[in-house]
Amino acid sequence: MASHVHSSHTDEKVIPPPQTAAIWKTFWILLILTAIEFVIAFTMPANHLRVAIFAGMTIVKAFYIVGEFMHLKHEVKTLIWAILIPVVFVAWLLTALIYEGGHLY
Amino acid sequence: MSALHAATAVPEKLTWSGGSEPLKASYGKLMMWFFLLSDTFTFSALLVTYGMIRFSQQAYTGAHEKFFFSTTHWPIPDKVFEAVPFLHGVEAPLIFVGIMTFILIFSSVTMVLAVEAGHRGDRADVEKWMLWTILGGFTFLGSQAWEWTHFIHGPADLALAAKDALGNPIEGANLTRNPYGPPAFADLFFFITGFHGTHVFSGVILNILIFFNTATGLYERRGHYEMVEKVGLYWHFVDLVWVFVFTFFYLV
Repeated sequence: MASHVHSSHTDEKVIPPPQTAAIWKTFWILLILTAIEFVIAFTMPANHLRVAIFAGMTIVKAFYIVGEFMHLKHEVKTLIWAILIPVVFVAWLLTALIYEGGHLY
Repeated sequence: MSALHAATAVPEKLTWSGGSEPLKASYGKLMMWFFLLSDTFTFSALLVTYGMIRFSQQAYTGAHEKFFFSTTHWPIPDKVFEAVPFLHGVEAPLIFVGIMTFILIFSSVTMVLAVEAGHRGDRADVEKWMLWTILGGFTFLGSQAWEWTHFIHGPADLALAAKDALGNPIEGANLTRNPYGPPAFADLFFFITGFHGTHVFSGVILNILIFFNTATGLYERRGHYEMVEKVGLYWHFVDLVWVFVFTFFYLV
């Protein structure tokens, strides 16, 4: 007869091992992008193209932070758009007013 | 399974009448996202202001090596931010702010690891990664405090400082005048990094609270670590803002 021994209540619930590969991959991508930004800051002369490159790289970094770290990429589409669409308008506002600033004085 | 997800199928026209999760996210998580969106507007307003004011001012047009501080042109960032703690007198442009960026990104990574541990119900790992995140946050705040102190103090050699209307060097930075460039330069620096620093500080406080809740077993009893995820969203937002501030203030 199988003796089912009830030992004193052990909460040995099995905790699955960590699955962190994607997290560290994103970290390295962010770090390398930042390093490249630094290299550009020191080697490229200051001009509009450089600003555009920085803005572009920052948006790429933002995609990784919001999409992976904040998990937005894996949420329901409606939630993704609820966040992204206002941000697109804000980006337009930023561009427009920086341009306007250059026309003051 | 925790009571997070509505198990019953709700008829279409009642989806938005409460009692269900239309966007498959809990109420708390959704509200955190919307709060972060509103905070995005605040920071965007500050950055738009910075962009417009900065590009309405004269830029320095001479050679990089011959740059000098003056109230008539906007300074070149890597001439202003070139100090590193413990390395007095060494010119290391933008190195310190690069270190600060790395610290904040790394604390974001440890936060994600805490959330991942929460998904597995691994209380010990959640505590460990939350502690690392808190440490990273405090380190960033300390670094920012050093940066402010150094910025307020101004260049050690007064001959390099910008001159005021009477020709005297401006000693130290405040909201009305600074030794690097037009008054708006210091104004915007203090406001933008100050707002961001306040958010980092409140984020660290929240992280400490959630760490205590984790350590006393609250989320274990609750059955899920979603609160860790929610403060994680806030912490990543803080990191994201820094990425933008750092790019537009220090690199452009």
